[in-house]
Amino acid sequence: MADRQRTTLSIRERDAPTTALVPAEELKTHLPGVEPERELNDWGRSERIEGLFDRAVADFFYRYWFRAEVEGIENVPASGGALLVSNHAGALPPDAAMISKAIREEHAHPRPVNITIEHFFKGYPGFSALLPKIGCVPAHPANVHRLLYDEEQLVLVFPEGRKATEKLYKDRYRLRRFGRGGFVEAAMRAQTPIVPICVVGAEEAAPVFAQVGIMQRLTGLLYFPITPTFPHFGLLGMAGFLPAKFKLRFLEPIHFEEEGMHEDKALVQTVAHEIRARIQEGLWDMLAKRKSVWFG
Amino acid sequence: MDSKRILVTGISHYWGGRLAQALEAFPEVEAVIGVDSQEPQVELERTEYVKVGAQHALLRRVVEAAEIDTIVDTRLVVDSAVMPSSRAHENNVMGTMNILAACTGADSPVKKVIFKSSTHFYGCHQDDPAFFDETMRRPHPPRTGIERDIVEAEASLNEFAERHPDTAVTILRFANVLGPDVETSHKKLFSLPVVPMILGFDPRYQFVHEDDVVHALEHAVKHRVDGTFNVAGDGVLALSEVAGLLGKTYAPVLPPWGTGIAAAVVRRIGVEIPPEALQQMRFGRGVDNRRYKAAGFHYQHTSRETVMKLGEHLRLHPVVRGAQEPYRYEREVEDFLRWSPHVKNTRDSSAPALSRSQLAELQRLLTSFADTAGMDLGEDVPDRAAEAERRAVAAEEAARAAAERAERAEEAAERHARDEDERVPAARPVDHYVDLAAEEVIALLASLEHEDLQTLRVYERDHANRTRVLSAIDSVLNRRGSRV
Repeated sequence: MADRQRTTLSIRERDAPTTALVPAEELKTHLPGVEPERELNDWGRSERIEGLFDRAVADFFYRYWFRAEVEGIENVPASGGALLVSNHAGALPPDAAMISKAIREEHAHPRPVNITIEHFFKGYPGFSALLPKIGCVPAHPANVHRLLYDEEQLVLVFPEGRKATEKLYKDRYRLRRFGRGGFVEAAMRAQTPIVPICVVGAEEAAPVFAQVGIMQRLTGLLYFPITPTFPHFGLLGMAGFLPAKFKLRFLEPIHFEEEGMHEDKALVQTVAHEIRARIQEGLWDMLAKRKSVWFG
Repeated sequence: MDSKRILVTGISHYWGGRLAQALEAFPEVEAVIGVDSQEPQVELERTEYVKVGAQHALLRRVVEAAEIDTIVDTRLVVDSAVMPSSRAHENNVMGTMNILAACTGADSPVKKVIFKSSTHFYGCHQDDPAFFDETMRRPHPPRTGIERDIVEAEASLNEFAERHPDTAVTILRFANVLGPDVETSHKKLFSLPVVPMILGFDPRYQFVHEDDVVHALEHAVKHRVDGTFNVAGDGVLALSEVAGLLGKTYAPVLPPWGTGIAAAVVRRIGVEIPPEALQQMRFGRGVDNRRYKAAGFHYQHTSRETVMKLGEHLRLHPVVRGAQEPYRYEREVEDFLRWSPHVKNTRDSSAPALSRSQLAELQRLLTSFADTAGMDLGEDVPDRAAEAERRAVAAEEAARAAAERAERAEEAAERHARDEDERVPAARPVDHYVDLAAEEVIALLASLEHEDLQTLRVYERDHANRTRVLSAIDSVLNRRGSRV
């Protein structure tokens, strides 16, 4: 056993042999071509299943259940990579699906959105097979960089992560800590803009009244919430959203065009704070103007 | 092409055999020497087979004697279903260390080492990136024996590369290989009537076609590409997509929890799923293949085309099975074809860039090592024992003959000295010189001094005038001349 550990350690210390440094620009030209006969892309996204989900679920919720209202959609760039950053809430958060639906419905050049999710889902049976099919990608810095820089796509991140979905109804619309600013670093490295998004409505659509620690450990889930429909209506109750009015506001994009900005950790932190403050301000503003939770 | 004298390890396994066949076709390649502990499984035109022990302990002598400039190490075991883990470890870790030891030293002729590795190096985990690139390390220490072996083997290569900055070290990490000829665990799984899956998982897979593997190794031989590279076809497929391309259904027969136990049960009914493949069936793996493309390599098949080719093969296989006689290596026949003076037509006329005399000389060097190396085998197969014994006797005889020859050579040398004193220009070197066969004379040459060789050359020209002997003497003289 001691031997094994020693070898492993020695590998971690030693760098890989000097692989000739190929400029990232050149590598970009070697991206695999698209095979039109395929139904899935390299990330496991399936056009067919995504379309099915869109027609059967997202469309209904977007139009009739949440009656989503969108402003500032022009802030999402029509081409090139961009990082969408949003607040996050709800036991089974509906905000991600609504944001990507909004871009598909309202934008002049509808583009697919890659939604970053916890690594946990890759290891949980069912989620692991389904989520990549509808456009979810594990939130690994390398994945985000490849999508933003090499493939020039839209990536949606929730910097609060699971801290946001764990929070209870009484803490609604209070942004949690924005991690270590990894998302800012990713955008700076790829030199792509960040588009902050404020979402109002998700907190009331899927309110969490309590978290049950024991059940979380027993089921192996990320958390075990008590909501108006879960757990007494079973797993489907997770998707039992209340018909709150959804409002989405896309804020002005923040551009990072200088090279090597991501190495300045202090700058990364400052920008992360700034983005968090902008989203929080936007949320207060939207809440102040909202007359009714259900009718807007 | 800088590589002219190439040594291929694992010649008797699929990759070594395929690569040697490919390298033989290049006229620039002077010599291809294949080493392994078993006999070759494919027909080879001019590749020299040398039997060595599983640990390749005597390789250094072969390398130095044949002045090998490039070693291609294809013998890494990346599938734990092939052999028990202790033997795999012996082969993967100890074997690699010994092969590297064979090319250490300041005066080593080896200028390039190419190592066939596997993307199992990265493992499969929940928090993996979707595309591993060559600079990434695996996020967790290896869990299965094969992965541990690969990581250790690569570590010793990296250490070697650090210590020998002048030697080009290329590590190629191949994704899961599929193809009509190669046998892998995944091919076996895909040959089943339904493709087994773990319930609730649809992992991402990347494949590389067997021909692309050989071409990738060839590319590394032909060009100087230092460093580590992923080799995998374009496109990452989901396992359900693979099943669809093969025209099969998939069955989530393995439960998400207790998968290891279920796999053990499945093994009982004859379906072997090795532990590293089981990990892959859960989390999948994709790699970034762009760096090797940037190094000038072109893939012939994408992952999807690879799977479709396999599908075609699997459909055709029951029809054509057994139509072709498998190749069997027969040492005596191979030796006859290569070395007998009676062989007039070589099967491919373009190949022999070596003259017959050079080949003869090479053979002499090799047989002397092959005999000793053959003795070193730890083979426990019973009918090998008889052969080993026979070989031992042969080796003894060879040794005795060599001793006699040496004596004669000494005599000859003395005689030469005397002859030279007497200023007789072309004296008879040995009493029964004319009786000696050309082969025997050639065997003597290495032990002779420069002047003696020249005398012998004159004598040979005047008397027997055998072209083979003459050109052999010339080549020895040339070699000595170039060394001084």
